[in-house]
Parts: sequence; structure tokens; C-alpha cells
Amino acid sequence: MHNHRAKRLIGFILLGFVLFLIGNRVDDLRLYQGASVAMYVIGIASIVLLTGFSGQISLGNGAIMALGGFSATLAQSTWGLPLPLTFVVAVLGAALFGLILGVAAARLSGPYLAGATLALAVALPSLANQFSFLGGEQGLQFNSGSAPEFFNGEVSQYKWFFWISALAALLITWLISNILQSRYGRGWRAVRSNSTAAELVGIHSARSKVLAFTLASGIAGLAGAVLALNLGGVSPSAYPLSLSFALITGAVLAGISTLSGSVIGALLLVGMSELVGSLTSRFSLEDVLAENLKELLVSVLLILAVVFTPNGPGDRIRERKELHKKKK
Amino acid sequence: MDQLISAILIGLSQGAIYSLMALALVLVFRSTRVINFAQAGQAVVSTYIGWEVVTRTGNYWLALPIAAIAGAIVGAAVESFLMRPLSKRASKGAIAPVASVILTLGLLGVLHSGAAIIWKGDQKLLESPVSAMGITVGETVYPFSQTDFLIIGTALLVMLTFSFIFQKTNLGLALRASAFQPEIARLSGVRVDRIRAIGWAFAGAAGAIAGVLVTPGSALSPNSLDLLLVFGFVAAVIGGLESLIGAALGGILLGLTLSFVGLYVGTSLTFVVPFVILILVLLIKPSGLIGGRKSRNA
Amino acid sequence: MNGLVVSGFSVDHGAIRAIDSLSFTVTAGQLAAVIGANGSGKTTLLRSLSGLKAPTTGQATWQGISLLGKKPEELARQGVLHVSDGKSVIPELTVKENLALGGIWRRDKKDVAAATAEVIDLFPRLGERMSQSADTLSGGERQMLAIGRALVSRPKLLLLDEPSLGLAPLVIEQIFQTINDLRHKLGLTVVIVEQNAMSALRIADIGVIMNLGKLVAEGRASDLMNDPALRAAYLGY
Repeated sequence: MHNHRAKRLIGFILLGFVLFLIGNRVDDLRLYQGASVAMYVIGIASIVLLTGFSGQISLGNGAIMALGGFSATLAQSTWGLPLPLTFVVAVLGAALFGLILGVAAARLSGPYLAGATLALAVALPSLANQFSFLGGEQGLQFNSGSAPEFFNGEVSQYKWFFWISALAALLITWLISNILQSRYGRGWRAVRSNSTAAELVGIHSARSKVLAFTLASGIAGLAGAVLALNLGGVSPSAYPLSLSFALITGAVLAGISTLSGSVIGALLLVGMSELVGSLTSRFSLEDVLAENLKELLVSVLLILAVVFTPNGPGDRIRERKELHKKKK
Repeated sequence: MDQLISAILIGLSQGAIYSLMALALVLVFRSTRVINFAQAGQAVVSTYIGWEVVTRTGNYWLALPIAAIAGAIVGAAVESFLMRPLSKRASKGAIAPVASVILTLGLLGVLHSGAAIIWKGDQKLLESPVSAMGITVGETVYPFSQTDFLIIGTALLVMLTFSFIFQKTNLGLALRASAFQPEIARLSGVRVDRIRAIGWAFAGAAGAIAGVLVTPGSALSPNSLDLLLVFGFVAAVIGGLESLIGAALGGILLGLTLSFVGLYVGTSLTFVVPFVILILVLLIKPSGLIGGRKSRNA
Repeated sequence: MNGLVVSGFSVDHGAIRAIDSLSFTVTAGQLAAVIGANGSGKTTLLRSLSGLKAPTTGQATWQGISLLGKKPEELARQGVLHVSDGKSVIPELTVKENLALGGIWRRDKKDVAAATAEVIDLFPRLGERMSQSADTLSGGERQMLAIGRALVSRPKLLLLDEPSLGLAPLVIEQIFQTINDLRHKLGLTVVIVEQNAMSALRIADIGVIMNLGKLVAEGRASDLMNDPALRAAYLGY
């Protein structure tokens, strides 16, 4: 066990180093995209934990991201907290909300939970419009800060975004992968496949579900804070319903129960925007077509993925291998 | 007193539309145990088709049934070509409990963006065939118009028709049997797959009618029926997700509640109220305020 | 061949072989009792014959036509009626609706009415409870309802899965007597799957004994009942 954990830690540190090197070689656009990918990785990871492992569906993780983003922003403006602490506030605030929501959610199954979280996704952003201290429709500003003087202005704003985002993503993914490998992760999978059997082995199914919801919400909150960093502010329109859908799509596309899938899902989502962007300019497509083309492609992909490789392409490959073995 | 009457009238009219959407959701849930989130998209596409009819012929009365038929066709197609193949393939692994939900979400996205591409994202207007002006009784003008009468009348007609079909016809018996015990129905010679598609067709038609009725009061855009879906879902849950009557009553209840909240508190809570109601119902009486016996965790 | 012919029939549940190379024949008009303990594959057999499960290998024909590869509802429409175990009635529907279910696919509505009247004649208790919901019926009444529903479809081949399960001995006798009378009267071919070997074999023409998916013995019911070795091993006395 220790061996695995040590290996994982080293792996992440190496990955961090690689990202650092890459970050020094690419242009600002790629850096910004990299920061977006990092943000999606965190957001999708929350779905992997919640849905892939714990079997609970949430259509409202985008709204929870909003909670994280707003918490971080308010923490900064009200208490003047430094950047890292605002992120912590985001995680804690979202996790707290997740705890409350999770208690309600533990009693609900599939479609009911989906509907309830859908209602949440619709309700929460509109709340922001009602209260002026939340900035209304325009939202609030977030001071993303910039690289400390140590770097002498060689670090552009976008590189700064990338560093922070990637660091956050690395940290949280390392944490999550440890949790998923722990008995909590096994407990979630047990409850997901057969909650009665799980109870019989002593796993408290409701408690484990609430734990999953709390953690996943905290993670989503972090993603929301990272988004706030990258955008330089928060507003209801930054966390629309389509964000919640995008997170689920990213998770399903790459295998809903694999953490590494979050990276692939995130790359796919950002890549899709890029692809549509270049198609738009290449063929000079109308604006309307361009915006909706992305959503259309992603949705079609999602449908194909759920029908043909419901548990991710990795699962399909595994199935083929097993079938092959049987025949021999 | 006048305000109270106004609130009740508005609540009834809005509630009737929520009932229709709730009906569409309940119809599908009863036959295939799936909450069809794509209903918002299906209804929107059907409503656009209705809009095309009105724009070309100027005849609303023609548009309504055509939209309903379009809704029925789309509904049946979705069941036969998407939901059925899916249920065969995604029955195991991590995705199983949520596969159908995600599928309907994907479909919703396709319908949203497809509609936006075909009809563009700007808001279209659909005129009501009858007056949308408040009715004057004595000296007071009530915020209730002929259009509202149309809405309530049509909703009532649809519900009575479906009720009749379900309770008094062989088709309705087949629909119910296929929903309760598909295997027994099959062994009794009922073509369950075909019946399911019919159930979805009915649901599609109901959703389309809801869309066409609600649009004159607002505007038509690819996302304009999403909120209606949420309201319809809450109404369906209030009614217990199992019965058509429950859906009807749930819609009325929700409509009245929202109307009163709007009157006494203000419209800022419009989106929050359904969420609160939903959570309360699911926590306190998950089988719905109106009835039903099955557990929500089944 | 006029009747039910099962040959080389093997059915798998994933990695488990539920039925292994089963072969037997039931001539038209005969009543066959398939006997065996739990797990012997009896229920799987019926489910495979009625189209609910596909066999891995083998063949099953009824009146010369293959039963395989067809949907259950199509086989039901062709007169192959499977009354599954657990008193297969729909509790949310009334008695009348449950019975009607057997006839909704039929064109000849007059005959449906006639058949329903015959069923009520046969099971007067059902007639008394027509508008009650099926979940208020006792175990025996549910079994009558399930069989009655099958009869409304005017079956030619009737597959009954453990009709005695959970019923009191007196009721079991009644049910089996009724089944026997019916099949003589209507010329039905019947396959009854049972753990209650004695009652089933007594009314059967032929018996098929299964153990862990394999055929153990096949022959005239009377011969099987009188064979001491078989009696000791499988019939419990």
C-alpha cells in the first residue's frame, strides 16, 4: 500500500514538473486553454467521484461551482484573504452546502435526484440576481493577483493563471486518487452496485453517500474558484446550466468512473471549443451556427458515448479482452 | 379581494400548463421508469413546428394539432431509436443507474442546439388566436383573458382524453399493464415495445400542446421551455409521479402556490420556490402529496 | 411432428449452465410434468420455451415450428401461453382487467367474451371479485386468475410454472384437478413444472425429471411413479 501511495505521489510531482516545463514553452492562448482544462479537470473529477463512484447523479454541480466561486470572491472582498485562503473558503463553503444537500440527496434515487439538482441548477444562479451584495447580473470582481515580484515580470498573467490552476488541479486530483483508493472509495463502489449487500458488510450506505456528496461539492467549489480566477470575476452567467451538463458530458465521454478520465474529458471539452472555433473561422460560419455547433457536437458525442461505450472506452477494451480470453 | 381572485385565476391558468408538462413526464415515467428531461427539447421543437404553421397559414387552430402530432412522432422516435437500444446496452457498470438520465440530457442538448441552428436563437412570437386582454367584470379588469380560458380548457380536454384512454380502453389497459409488469404483459400477447412507443408518443403530444399554449404569453426560443420542464417536474413529484390525476392536481397546486408567493412576497423567489417545494415533498412525503404507493428509492 | 419437441437444449446464465443438453417430447394433447428440485433448471426451461430467454444451443419446436428466436408476445399470440411463477397477476389492475389482458390482442371480441364467461364459469370466485383489485386475492385465487387469463387467449400449449407454490394442499388438489379437466376438455397440451412431484405426476401422461440442469429420467408418469429408485431419489418416498 505504501509503495503505491509513494509511487502515486512521485508520479504527480513528476507530472507537475512536466506541466511547468510545458508552461514555459507555449503561448498565452495555450496557457489560458491549459488553465481551462485544469478547471474542467477539477469539475469533472467531482462528477467522477459523485456519479462514477458513488452512483449519485447531480445536474447542479455547475451551481455548486458558482457557490465556490462566489465564496472565494466574497472572502477576498470582505476579509481581504490572500489567494490560497480564498480557495480554501471556496472548498469549505461548497462542501458545507454539499453536506446539507447530500443529506437530502441520500434519500433520493436517480431521476428524483436528477430533477432536484436540476431545479437547484436553475434556482441558484437566479438567487445571485436578487441580492445586490452578490453583484446582481454583472457579478463581482475577483482579484486574480499576479506572479510575485520574484519572477520579475517574466510571468504573464496567463502563465500565472495556468500555474495556479494546474497546481490546484494536481493537488486535488492527487488527493482524490488517494481517497478513491482508500476504503471510502471501495465503500462507494460497494454501495453503488448493491447497497443492501454493502450494508450487510457494515458500510453505512447513507453516510457514505453524504460523504461523497460533501467531498464532490468541495471539489466543485474549488473548480468554481479556479474559474473565478481565470475570469477575473464571478457572475451568474459564468455558471450556466450548460456548465453542469458539460461536466457530466466530460465525465461520461472518458469513462465515468476513472479519475484519469477527467483529464481526457477536460481535454475533449476544451478541444471541442477549439475545433469549433477553427471551423467557424475556416468556413466563416455564422455566429449562431458556431455557438450551437459546439453544443450539438458535444451532445451527439454524449449520446453515442452513453449508448456505445457507457463506461468509457477503457471499459470497452477491457470487455473485448475478457471475451477474447473466454474464447481461448 | 380582487387581488386574491386575480391570484387564483393566474395560478389556475399557469397551473394548467404545468399540469400538461407534468402529464407528459408522468406518462413516460409510468411506461418506462425514465424521467425524460429531453421533453423540454421535444416540446420546443414541436412548438417551433407549430410556429411555422402559424406563420405560414395564420391559423393557430391548425398549428395546435399539428404540433401535437409532431410531438407524438418525435416522442415515439426517441423511444424506439434511442431509449430502447440504450436500455439493452447500458445495464451494467458504473453508468447503469444514471445512463438513461444522461441520455435524455444529451438528447436535450441536441434538440436545443438543433433548434437554435434551424430557427436561430432569437425570440419568436406566437400570437394567441383569442384575446389576451384581461376580462372586465363590472369595473375591474382581471388578469385573466380568453387566452387563459383557452389554456385551461385545452389542458382539461387533454387530461380527460388521456384519462379516458387509460381507464376505459384496451389500449389504456395495455399501456398500464406494460408499465406495471412488462413481462406479464408480454406473456399475455401485448406488444410491449410498440405500446411503450405509443406512451412516449402521447407524452410528446402533451408536451407539445403545453409548449404551444404557454408560448403566446412569453416568447419562443430554444431554451424557453426549460423552466417549464422544471416546473412540470416539480408538479409531477407533488402528484406522485404515478398518476395522471396527481400530475393534474400537482400542476394546479404549484401554479396557485407560485401565484400567491408572487402576490405576497414578490417575483424574486419564482425560481427558488419550486426548488424548496421539491425538496420538501421529496423529504417529507416522497410518494407525493396526492398518492401512490411505490418507494422513491426503487 | 405435432407436439412439443425439445432436443439438445442448453441454456446458460452467464457462466453458469442452467440446462445441459435436455431432450424430451410431449405429444399434442398430453400433459407433461417436469420435476426437479430448486436449481434444476425447470423455470429456465419454461422461460426459454416462451421466448423470455434464448438458449445457447439446441432446438425446441411446437407443431413443427421453432419456438426459438421469437418474442414472447408473438409466441403468446400463436397460442403458447406461459403462466410464470409467483402467481403472475398484475396487482395494480382489477380481476376483470387482468382477465381482459389475455384477450386484448385478439380480433374476435365475441370469442373473447365467450372465453371470459367460460373462465368465470370455471372459477366462480373470480366472478364474485371482478371489480376488486388483484392484490386483494388469496394465493389460490391469484393462481386461478393467472390461469384464467391464459385461457382467455385460447391457448394451445400451456406452460405452467409451479402452480402449487405457496398454496394449501386442498387448494393444490383443486387446481391440479381443474388443470387436468381443462386439458381434456379443450385438447390442450400442457407442461407443468413442479417441485410438488406427486400431485403433478398423478395427473400427467409423461414425466421429465431434471437435476442440476440435466435430464435424469423421462417416461410415462405412471412408470416413473412406480420406479422405486427414482421415487427414493427424486420423489422423496
